[in-house]
Amino acid sequence: MTDIPLAHVLILSSLLFTIGFVGVVVRKNTLFMLMSLEVMLNAVGVAFIGAGSVWQEADGQIMFMLILTLAAAEVAVGLALLIRMQRRYRTLDIDVLSKMKG
Amino acid sequence: MNLLASLPLYPLLSFLVLISFGKRLSWAVASWLSVGAMGLSALCSMLLVAQLSTSEVNVITSHLWQWFSVGSAKVNVSFYLDALSAVMILVVTGVGFLIHLFAAIYMKSDENFTRFMAYMNLFIVAMLVLVLADNLVLLYLGWEGVGLCSFLLIGFWYQEKNNVLAARKAFIVTRIGDTAMAIGLFLLFKSLSSLNIVEINQLAQTSETFSLSIANNEASDAYWAALLLLGGAVGKSAQLPLQTWLPDAMAGPTPVSALIHAATMVTAGVYLIARMNGVFIMAPEVMTYVAWLGAITLLLAGVAALAQTDIKRVLAYSTMSQIGYMMLALGAGAWSAGVFHLMTHAFFKALLFLTAGAVILALHHQQNLFKMGGLLKKLPFESALFFIGLACLVALPGTSGFFSKEAIIASLWLSPTAGASLWWCAILGALLTSIYSCRLFFLAFLGEQRFPKDLVISDHLETNHLLRGALVVLALLSLFGGLFTIDLSTVLPLSNESELSPGWLHAVAIITPFIGIAFSWFYFKRYRSRDIISLNESQSSWLVFCRNGLGFDVIYRFLLVKPYCFITQLNRRDLFDQLIMLSAWYVEIWRDVLSASQNGRLRWFAGTFGLSLVGLILVVIL
Amino acid sequence: MSLFASIEGLFYLAALIAVIASLKVVTGKNTVHALLYLVISLLAVAVCFYLMGAPFAAGLEVIVYAGAILVLFVFAVMMFGLGVDETMHAPQSKGLSLWFGPMLLAALLLIELVFVIDNSELKLQLSNKMVDAKQVGILLYGPYLLAVEIASFLLLAGLVAGYHYAKPEHQGRRL
Repeated sequence: MTDIPLAHVLILSSLLFTIGFVGVVVRKNTLFMLMSLEVMLNAVGVAFIGAGSVWQEADGQIMFMLILTLAAAEVAVGLALLIRMQRRYRTLDIDVLSKMKG
Repeated sequence: MNLLASLPLYPLLSFLVLISFGKRLSWAVASWLSVGAMGLSALCSMLLVAQLSTSEVNVITSHLWQWFSVGSAKVNVSFYLDALSAVMILVVTGVGFLIHLFAAIYMKSDENFTRFMAYMNLFIVAMLVLVLADNLVLLYLGWEGVGLCSFLLIGFWYQEKNNVLAARKAFIVTRIGDTAMAIGLFLLFKSLSSLNIVEINQLAQTSETFSLSIANNEASDAYWAALLLLGGAVGKSAQLPLQTWLPDAMAGPTPVSALIHAATMVTAGVYLIARMNGVFIMAPEVMTYVAWLGAITLLLAGVAALAQTDIKRVLAYSTMSQIGYMMLALGAGAWSAGVFHLMTHAFFKALLFLTAGAVILALHHQQNLFKMGGLLKKLPFESALFFIGLACLVALPGTSGFFSKEAIIASLWLSPTAGASLWWCAILGALLTSIYSCRLFFLAFLGEQRFPKDLVISDHLETNHLLRGALVVLALLSLFGGLFTIDLSTVLPLSNESELSPGWLHAVAIITPFIGIAFSWFYFKRYRSRDIISLNESQSSWLVFCRNGLGFDVIYRFLLVKPYCFITQLNRRDLFDQLIMLSAWYVEIWRDVLSASQNGRLRWFAGTFGLSLVGLILVVIL
Repeated sequence: MSLFASIEGLFYLAALIAVIASLKVVTGKNTVHALLYLVISLLAVAVCFYLMGAPFAAGLEVIVYAGAILVLFVFAVMMFGLGVDETMHAPQSKGLSLWFGPMLLAALLLIELVFVIDNSELKLQLSNKMVDAKQVGILLYGPYLLAVEIASFLLLAGLVAGYHYAKPEHQGRRL
């Protein structure tokens, strides 16, 4: 058992998650949105690791690794899309991409 | 009996073929089909009547299938033939066959010939259903069916606005009566819990509550039911309050006028009252109303007929007036006399209309009496036939009209529900009839010809033996139809024969037409004069008033049509519609809200996603 | 034991740094600065992992996140020419003040790390409750084999998609 209470770990995780979420919603720059997404994924990783360490199980770390691969793939695709967007629209403003209007 | 069921089947099949294949059929095929179907029907009806007269029970029924059932009452599609409906099917199929024959030749050059014949056949189907129905709902089906066909056929030449307006008017005015009738049916069902006609007639006599008024001053169910049925009959038969549609209905082709608006459909009201005699007998007040309505219509229509200039409108008003006679007879309790007059009237009025149609066609669709004249020499055959028809109408002794009309008049004097005053009305009506008939004959056939000299009378009709054959058969029926004795005693209650009435009544009734003829011989001297080349229609305000149907149209326009149009104008955006539209509006708002949320902004999506997540977690926590 | 000397104290400090750095990431105007803050945030989280007894995860965090993914970001930013749209509105470089925040946070982290590594007492505490790489590896190639395979497919898909989207539009046919 660690001395760090699980509640505090989860609070940290929620804090990070919320910050990331605010970033995703508030920022107009797609690059910043991607970075905020990273923060959010990271926050989830914190929660997993915290849980794993509380119960002394390796599963938490494995989950973290899966998240890591997910983040890597997401960033690769996301940045590629960003490059594409930059080429076509000459901007990274996400609001330009609003053709999916209902 | 399968023969009975097959009666409306032939015209129905013909109608289906004609309406399906339409213009792909040649004239010969289409006319053979429709007229042949009618011929088969006429043959069948004759066989049936022969069977009926020899059978002992006096009734032939044919149960086809159950239409639907309401509670305990079952509504069947089944036919019921007794003496009364036998008369009707003979008239409908027999006269109908002759008119079909005429129409096939008359309408030969019309480009929508097949459509016309299809409607005619459909009409016969509906009429037969009406006549043969064994319950009121099936009767109502036929009733509405003939109304529909009437509408379709009046507006047959729909390219002209007047025809369409006339069709619409006929439809709407009769619809008023039909609504009353429908309510009457409901009332009958409610109080007698049966829809079968025979049962209703029996129950009406035996039921204790039906004819009893609930409170002292309130009218009984029988009163209201009879009154409402009378409303339907009045609408269909163009009697007093709802008579305005019939003159305008002459906009249709002449065979239509002959078939629907003279011989068969307009007499459906008479048939209805005769059919429901059990109900009417229990409401003697309504019987008196029927008699008075008939009498007043008879006189008013006679007066209006005096002032008409259009040959078909004269005949239309004459039809109204003759149906007035029938109503008068029914109201007086002289059931069989009324039905007898219905039959003879169908013969001679069909003859009159068809002959008028032949004349009109020969004159290149000239219908104005004042532009005819001298036709006796040009068209002696038609003139003779027309004369026969008019003689029946006027009821010259020996013709069929004489027998039926005398039977009506004779039964009036001592009738408990009618009386002496109505007898005088009938005599006055007979006088009017003879006067307007003479005027019509003088104007059209005597005197100098007033149509342009160079107008060549087309003779392609005259050469047609079939056409003449149909007319001759009708003329023979008109002359000798009075010799048929129809025994309706099995169906209708016996009328009180007037053996106690004074002997001079008959003499007066017989002499009256001659008085009218003598009067008009001198009064309309101008019309038969050979010297007057052109006659002008008199334009005095009184005559114009009469010509326009005694101002009923104007009254209705101001009393009903204008206020109704005004109300509809006020309620242009229908109030109830708006209430319904509220729900549409509600949906629309939500649509707007939701579509506004679909703004295509990724950040917005992410935000709402988070928001809904928050909401979801809140729900889970709470 | 003072608050700072204990594992909890260190953890809270790292957490604070991570939160502040993340905030700076989200609110920053300059793309590169934001990236640097992101690195700090990730490193701080790595410290947290270490303190929670997951050194392997901490190492992965540093190597993969702070190393590989961030390098990807940096390359992307370089291709965009330093975040054209937002840096124009950003205040011009104000010298030291611009660097103050990242530096401060980074320094705090560094101190923390050094402290953790240096303190033997803490080492002892940590060694008791470590979930080391061996356990993770056994589990990973045991019950979680399928997940690993799926993750590899995901990475492959990411690779292909990244290649496809990032290549110039006129090259080859458009999809």
